[in-house]
Amino acid sequence: MIDLFSDLFNDYTLRTVALGSALLGITAGSLGGFALLRRQSLLGDAISHAALPGIAIAFLITGSKAPLVLILGAGIAGWIGAALISIVTTRTRIKYDSALGIMLSVFFGFGLVLLTYIQRQPDANQAGLNSFLFGQAAALVEQDVFVIFVIGTLVLLFMMVFWKEFKLLSFDSDFIGTLGFPVRLLDHLLTTLFVIAIVIGLQTVGVVLMSAMIIAPGAAARQWTDRLGRMIILAGIFGAISGVGGAITSSLIPALPTGPTIVLIVSIIVMISLLFAPNRGLVFRKIRDWQAGKRLRVDAVLVDLYTLASQHASAEYPHSERVLDVMSTISGPARRTLKVLNDLELAKPIDSTHWSLTPEGVLRAERVIERQFGGGS
Amino acid sequence: MDYAIDIRDLTVAYREKPVLWDVDLQVPPGVLIAIVGPNGAGKTTLIKSSLGLVKAAAGSVLIHGRPYSEQRANVAYVPQRGSVDWDFPTNVLDVVTMGLYGRLGWFKRPGKAERIEALKSLAQVGMEEFTTRQISQLSGGQQQRVFLARALVQDARVYFMDEPFQGVDAITERAIVDLLQDLRKQGKTVAVVHHDLQTVPEYFDHVMLLNVRRIASGPVEEVFTEENLRTTYGGRVAFVSALSAANRT
Repeated sequence: MIDLFSDLFNDYTLRTVALGSALLGITAGSLGGFALLRRQSLLGDAISHAALPGIAIAFLITGSKAPLVLILGAGIAGWIGAALISIVTTRTRIKYDSALGIMLSVFFGFGLVLLTYIQRQPDANQAGLNSFLFGQAAALVEQDVFVIFVIGTLVLLFMMVFWKEFKLLSFDSDFIGTLGFPVRLLDHLLTTLFVIAIVIGLQTVGVVLMSAMIIAPGAAARQWTDRLGRMIILAGIFGAISGVGGAITSSLIPALPTGPTIVLIVSIIVMISLLFAPNRGLVFRKIRDWQAGKRLRVDAVLVDLYTLASQHASAEYPHSERVLDVMSTISGPARRTLKVLNDLELAKPIDSTHWSLTPEGVLRAERVIERQFGGGS
Repeated sequence: MDYAIDIRDLTVAYREKPVLWDVDLQVPPGVLIAIVGPNGAGKTTLIKSSLGLVKAAAGSVLIHGRPYSEQRANVAYVPQRGSVDWDFPTNVLDVVTMGLYGRLGWFKRPGKAERIEALKSLAQVGMEEFTTRQISQLSGGQQQRVFLARALVQDARVYFMDEPFQGVDAITERAIVDLLQDLRKQGKTVAVVHHDLQTVPEYFDHVMLLNVRRIASGPVEEVFTEENLRTTYGGRVAFVSALSAANRT
């Protein structure tokens, strides 16, 4: 562990890989948070696949593998893909999900064809382009990280400057239109930032799995908070953690591909968030349901006892469990609930099968009845 | 005459199918007008195209004598409650503050002054106790009142509301009616897409009967007639005459 930390600061490759992956995780996670809220998560998948032919064409035209050149090619192709999806959805009868699927496969297929063509060339320079499929963090060099840093910072800066506008655009795009903001322009701007956030991650994570870096951090973050600002920050942090974790793991173990490793880590974060987040987590909900059910059973038996006793002179008149079993509107034997009531000192056993309310139990039963049946509202 | 809302020859079509055909509507200032008509009559489209959210094939919309594009600050919009995702991570005060984004302009963040204004609007709709409540934790009626507060904070002269009464509880319905009366007292003009024909005479001064074309519009007592309703709603005569019978009593 200590070795790993000292390596992080001293080992050139590891430091470069970790920094690059953290930056792309923050950028993709934050922008992905907005995409999630706009129900555009899958658009990220289409864009990252659509970027592949762009990378190939940029290489074919320039013969260069400089990060800026490839990112530019990927960005243009990804943007065209997003624009075509939008045009097809608004101008034809093809629905959004179909348009996504069509563009994704058409662009990706075209990209694979170009990639194969490039590989058949005698030129040795093409080596490494294949890593864009599943990503290769270990191949990151300082120049790549610098480009990711500059572009990622710009994207986040734009996001912060237009925060208020993007928030309202995501919540209610009609309303922001009536306020005089140019909806189409804001939409294009946010989509462009989204495209950029995706393409700067392609070299590390790969086009096939980049969508996980877009969708998963936001989905996990949404579980933990009800405020947009905190959600986006948390999504960035989750993105960074998975990026760094996956990139380091895969660069330490040579046979491990980066993209899938990053995706595995982010999936674990999502799983933990879905299960254990307070309020929205499944475990929390189960506990809350169970507690509510218990309270309901307690109240029901309490009211039953009270109702039975009210036929007699004393509100503390004892009754048998059998009668309570028959009366109870809640399923299950009354005995267990009576024991809970006994622990709460709301009812006490008179003999082995008969129970009566305590004075406190009578008061509580009256309050329950008042709350449920009295007053009307 | 200076109309608060002056719509002329408005035509909207989705592909070849006209949704609104050559619609005229003149609303004097300080009037509450209900826009009624069967499903698919184009009520929502009328509002949305007036606000430039749906492109019109032809026609013009003037607000207090000037094109809508110059009058944005004087027009507030209450969309249908179901048009947004209420699980969006934000709270009540935040949503109401959104009504002030237009006045704030680009880049400026809402501050204390905006918060105070938003709180005032929330109090007007009886929601001041819910300021920090996550919006998904609200009932339908409460959500509707948050939307109304967001429009109120804009302090506009003309309000367009899309089915504010849809699916709300009795308390909210009362709150909206009181609010409409308040707005009228302040000389504001309010156009409301409305479904419940029975309450039209009670809640509104004017009514517009719409079914792709404008059937009639004007003061309720003049145009809310059995004949006009029959023309608007077509075959459902029994339903209509029962209503107009209720109307006469």
